[in-house]
Amino acid sequence: MQMPVALSAYATDVDKSYYIIYWLSVVLFIGIIGAATYFCLAYKRKAGVRAEPTGHNNILELSWTVAPVFILAYLFWIGWKGYVDMSIVPPNAIEVRGRAFQWGWDFEYPNGAHTPDLKAPVGKPVKLILSSNDVLHAFFIPQLRIKRDTVPGMYVSLWFEADKEGDADIFCAEYCGGKGEGTAAIGHWAMISKVHILSVADYDKFILEGGGAKPGESVPDWGKRLYVEKNCAGCHSLDGAVGAGPSWKGIFGRTGVMTAGPDIVADENYIRESILEPQAHIVKGFGPVMPSFKGILQDKEIDAIISFMKTLK
Amino acid sequence: MNTQAQPQAGHHDDAMLNTNYLKAGSGWKSWAFTLDHKRIGIMYLVFVLAAFLTGGIFALLVRTELASQGHTIVSGPTYNKLFTLHGAIMVFLFIIPSVPASLGNFILPMQLGARDVAFPKINLLSFYIYLVGATFALVSIGYGSVDTGWTFYTPYSLHDPEAATKVLYMTAAVFVLGFSSILTGLNFLVTIHTLRAPGLTWTRLPLFIWGMYATSIMQVLATPVLAITLLMLIFERVFGLGIFDPKLGGDPILFQHFFWFYSHPAVYIMIVPGMAIVSELIATFSRRVIFGYFAVAMSSLALALVGFLVWAHHMFTSGMSEYANMLFSALTFLVAIPSGVKVFNWTATLYKGSISFAPPMLYALAFLFLFTIGGLTGLFLGTLNVDIHLHDTYFVVAHFHYVMMGGTVIGFIGGILYWWPKITGKMYNFTSASVGAWLTFIGFNVTFLSQFVMGSRGMPRRYYDYLPEFEQLHRVSTLGSYILAVGLFTTAGTLIQSLARGRAAGRNPWGSVALEWQTQTPPVFQNFEETPIVTRGPYDYHLATDEELREDLYAVDPAK
Repeated sequence: MQMPVALSAYATDVDKSYYIIYWLSVVLFIGIIGAATYFCLAYKRKAGVRAEPTGHNNILELSWTVAPVFILAYLFWIGWKGYVDMSIVPPNAIEVRGRAFQWGWDFEYPNGAHTPDLKAPVGKPVKLILSSNDVLHAFFIPQLRIKRDTVPGMYVSLWFEADKEGDADIFCAEYCGGKGEGTAAIGHWAMISKVHILSVADYDKFILEGGGAKPGESVPDWGKRLYVEKNCAGCHSLDGAVGAGPSWKGIFGRTGVMTAGPDIVADENYIRESILEPQAHIVKGFGPVMPSFKGILQDKEIDAIISFMKTLK
Repeated sequence: MNTQAQPQAGHHDDAMLNTNYLKAGSGWKSWAFTLDHKRIGIMYLVFVLAAFLTGGIFALLVRTELASQGHTIVSGPTYNKLFTLHGAIMVFLFIIPSVPASLGNFILPMQLGARDVAFPKINLLSFYIYLVGATFALVSIGYGSVDTGWTFYTPYSLHDPEAATKVLYMTAAVFVLGFSSILTGLNFLVTIHTLRAPGLTWTRLPLFIWGMYATSIMQVLATPVLAITLLMLIFERVFGLGIFDPKLGGDPILFQHFFWFYSHPAVYIMIVPGMAIVSELIATFSRRVIFGYFAVAMSSLALALVGFLVWAHHMFTSGMSEYANMLFSALTFLVAIPSGVKVFNWTATLYKGSISFAPPMLYALAFLFLFTIGGLTGLFLGTLNVDIHLHDTYFVVAHFHYVMMGGTVIGFIGGILYWWPKITGKMYNFTSASVGAWLTFIGFNVTFLSQFVMGSRGMPRRYYDYLPEFEQLHRVSTLGSYILAVGLFTTAGTLIQSLARGRAAGRNPWGSVALEWQTQTPPVFQNFEETPIVTRGPYDYHLATDEELREDLYAVDPAK
């Protein structure tokens, strides 16, 4: 029942509450079950020996009704106090915008850069402003002991201040479904990402370099990187295999039969529409399962993905 | 006997009234149209156990899939359906009706010294409503089944038009099942108030009756809220009213409030009957009045009351205001007091008792052990900052299984074994029943203790796949679930064997002084040949003669 590594002072604080309750429970459990076991052994039924009539012991009864009230009030107090610390965001916190979607995360930084994994500086408070594009999700980092549901149509926020560099897992903790078959299936369980706690220098460097292609990276290569990072790969293969969505092999310029309406040639406009409003024209044989990437992919990034598609003959 | 005093006997003659209820009428019609609470209880028992088997098979499939990382036996979306079906079937078709509808129906009128429940026809009606509800659930499964989790959270449950149709079938099933629950609760309340035998004062009521009383109050008051919620969900889907769906201007968190406003009291609808059975078992097998009888009885009512005030502790991370979280955390801790009172009183009852370890008592002791863990782990989840970390992880899954399965289901099996000889007239093999009890106990702990560990390390619930560091613990948990299954099948086999080849049970196998054991085994159609007059409490072992305490495990064979 050991808690995971604590990456912040807040997490250490939660652990204190956790271990207080843990040891209290251990003591109570041993007390209750120890007494019951002893009674079972000592008062096992014997021929000719009758049970002693049950008496009354008001003091005993009153004390085990009243004493827990004080313990419980104390537990309530430590829980609430810790929770207040988590609820009040320091005014100097760096603001990062987080968007949850089926099935992934997108983080947007003050400089306009977007990443599927979260980057944060060590020793500085970071405030996450979270929302959801579709259904309920929950942002959960066990090593920081923080969790918050993301609700469509609403902003929620939470904050943390990591005191060690390193990587930690981000999970989705609110069930959000799943789609697809076999290895192409994707869903709630796959909304796992990472938070990278960087040194302040590394974080500043990341912010300065910003989004966009890395130095020396061609635009199609950037598109290829986005294909992996934005989880296009979850549903769209590059080798012609059919997943939850059509394969990208030879997709650019292909004429597609739609579930409704006339056939459409996959040109720049159709691909852009499919990314931003995927349900508008669906290729026959596929379900309306793709989430919109509106607000997640920027114009430059869509262009990069299209130029990557053009290389897939 | 004055015939005018029993007009409700109708076409039954006196001889019929005093025949073994299993022989009073034969053929399928004598069961399908019976108004006898005992036969209705048995029919319920058969169906809830069938639901338990079905839900259990889904649980084993879920555990098998999780035995290794990645794809093991099914795909992700199928896994989502499996755990949804496991939850929905276990909650709505099994555990909510389990104790009240089956054992409650059979035993409650007998403990009251009554001939039947107050409204026998409504009792039969509630059984058929249950069947209609179950049929809707089967239709939904046949349709391809829902994958929303048993909680039907919006907007996911309304998200995709095709899936939403299946959700409607499942919610319709739950809607219909709710009426069955309400009618049973109403029937019990009126029965307890009006049909107590002469001399059976409120302070002499068995604790099983007190538990049923508290449960019935919750069933009658809370279930309508669920019906309203599901109706709103149906209206939203069919007429496009914006209630819960943010796309239509609704609020998804509102759904969670409505849902838990029922489903939290439902937790007590499930656990209080389990506690009620355990009180009977501990008294009978320690041969003592339950220590603090009055406190134990009132703690059931206290749970019924407090149970209505804590629903939002399921929503500490949902985006509710901080002050709402504070209030609900404080109220949640209040639940610990009546629960603690029960555990302390049961333990104190064992002191200076005359304790027998017959199979039903093994379940009562297992309950004490498992429910104590279930209750103590609740303290972690009521504490706000700790809950934020543990919320929606395996810690929560383990916690509620310790309460629901380790509590209610273990209590239910204990109750079945306890009253089995009275119900069927047959005694079962103690050795295999005890082996079943131990395997169930060990398997259960292996399955769910490992889940506490995973949960505290941050393993989220409802995950088809997981990170490599959790694989070993998942394997342990899956192994435990197989041991658990072997234990349950051993118990089932023991009972089936007793039906086929068991020796006839005596009138009072456990040497109990409670009222229901004083009549024939199996009971006569009208329960008691003459209306009993109660002169002492159900646990007054100190007032009983040695003859009364003799254990009639087996009926005397008249041939000898």
